[in-house]
Amino acid sequence: MAHTTTSDHNHEAHANHGHHDSQHGGHHDHGFSHPMPIWMLLSVFFALLFLTVLTVFQSQFDLGNAEIFASLTIATIKAALVILFFMHLLWDKPLNAIVILGSLIFVALFLGFTLMDAEGYRENLIYNSTIEASQPVDPAAQTAMAPGVPAAVAP
Amino acid sequence: MTAIQETLAPVAIDHADHHHEHPSWLAHHFDDAEQQYDSGKLGMWLFLVTEVLFFSGMFCAYALYRNRNPEVFEFCSSFLNEKLGAINTGVLLFSSLTMAWAVRAAQLRQHQLLVGMLGATLGCAAIFLGVKAVEYSHKMEIGLLPGKLYVAQLDGVHGPHKGYLEFICTIPAICTALCAAYAIYAFATKSLFHQRVAGPMLVAGLCFFGGVGLGQYLEAQEEASKGHGGHGGHQEHHAMVEGHVEHGSHEHAAASESAHTAENKTASEMAANASIAMGGSPDVYIAPNELRTPNADVNQRSMAGLFFSIYYCMTGVHAIHIIGGMIVITWLIVKAARQEFHEQYFGPVDNVGLYWHLVDFIWIYLFPLLYLIT
Repeated sequence: MAHTTTSDHNHEAHANHGHHDSQHGGHHDHGFSHPMPIWMLLSVFFALLFLTVLTVFQSQFDLGNAEIFASLTIATIKAALVILFFMHLLWDKPLNAIVILGSLIFVALFLGFTLMDAEGYRENLIYNSTIEASQPVDPAAQTAMAPGVPAAVAP
Repeated sequence: MTAIQETLAPVAIDHADHHHEHPSWLAHHFDDAEQQYDSGKLGMWLFLVTEVLFFSGMFCAYALYRNRNPEVFEFCSSFLNEKLGAINTGVLLFSSLTMAWAVRAAQLRQHQLLVGMLGATLGCAAIFLGVKAVEYSHKMEIGLLPGKLYVAQLDGVHGPHKGYLEFICTIPAICTALCAAYAIYAFATKSLFHQRVAGPMLVAGLCFFGGVGLGQYLEAQEEASKGHGGHGGHQEHHAMVEGHVEHGSHEHAAASESAHTAENKTASEMAANASIAMGGSPDVYIAPNELRTPNADVNQRSMAGLFFSIYYCMTGVHAIHIIGGMIVITWLIVKAARQEFHEQYFGPVDNVGLYWHLVDFIWIYLFPLLYLIT
């Protein structure tokens, strides 16, 4: 019962809080809560639906390399709508916004650096694996390389 | 807690304080409701950060593999039913709307509406999983399986395995039956609380099977429009590879393919291709430009199989998150049916909402990246 040991302190705190609850965030009746208007919820929803239809429509055209950018741009707009309105980050404490944006920055670093690396090594990979792969396939070479038998002794 | 405090320290605590005893919804280590709400919310955002980073690992695998083998993604994406993906996107967006509305209802003490909105969210989640179950079972039946389990398409191996859908549906069926039993109990005892909890749960259970029905209908429609035996828009691929596939399994196909294209290449390259075709380790796989271009060797385990590994991993982990979300939403429905939420205490609804929107957020990226590749 760790609670009982600190109960005195807490009771002091509670003695204060009851009186000025209404002062917190309180320019309206809902205390610190921020109920979103229904029209805003609905318009965000229909915007998201519209963008979904748009991305399906866009995928029917062959845009080549631009395709991935087009679909990711639309997806990012949708994601921004979800985060800013449905997750009400727009009205949230700045700390929460910093936390989530920080994670997105790290994701960008993660993906960016990995892809840079992949590009940088591609040619080497193909070259090396060609050499390695060619060795065990030659049947004569395979028998000669039997374990424990020196190549010179093999018939 | 209160009783223990009173018996342990009846003298030490000033009795005047008991008028300011914290309400049941305020944990007593918080100064006030707003501090409790802000702390909980910051914790939730931190959890969401770990979720984003967790999913980014899979997106990284996706990005790397697509970067190296764009043609595999073009080929495999044609097996994914775009219509089902789009409908699931819509369902998930709608569930996000109802979840955001539920937060509003909790803040405004609209208890009935809150239960209704949470129930709608739960139902949408069930529809999503029902459609997903059809997608998964259909792919499993025609051999679109992850990694080494992948069965090359186009060689007539269609539907050797049936009954995946029935298998997947057993657990939801049991859950729905339990919900139905609970609903019967709730109505028999005329308990308003139990009715408010059991109703949405039973509806959600039925929604799963509604989703299964919808998925099957659309999948059959897709099948019919593509003609028998055709899957997705890769008929031209059939035509191109047909010549090599006529007489056997995909190993033969790949072997003849590599022998065919390697005529004017060095022996080592040809040998490497052959070793892959014979089921050799994908580590030594090399992809000469001739093979990387149109539709030559994508239809094999080391290529398409890996795509489906990524597909099942990403969508599967996402589906697990949906199931987790359904469990916590059910918990919310219980609390909402007890009318526990009000403008000072809506943190649980808000935080579950944040989680739910993140699941939606992930799907917003998964849908175009997996289904909409042309």
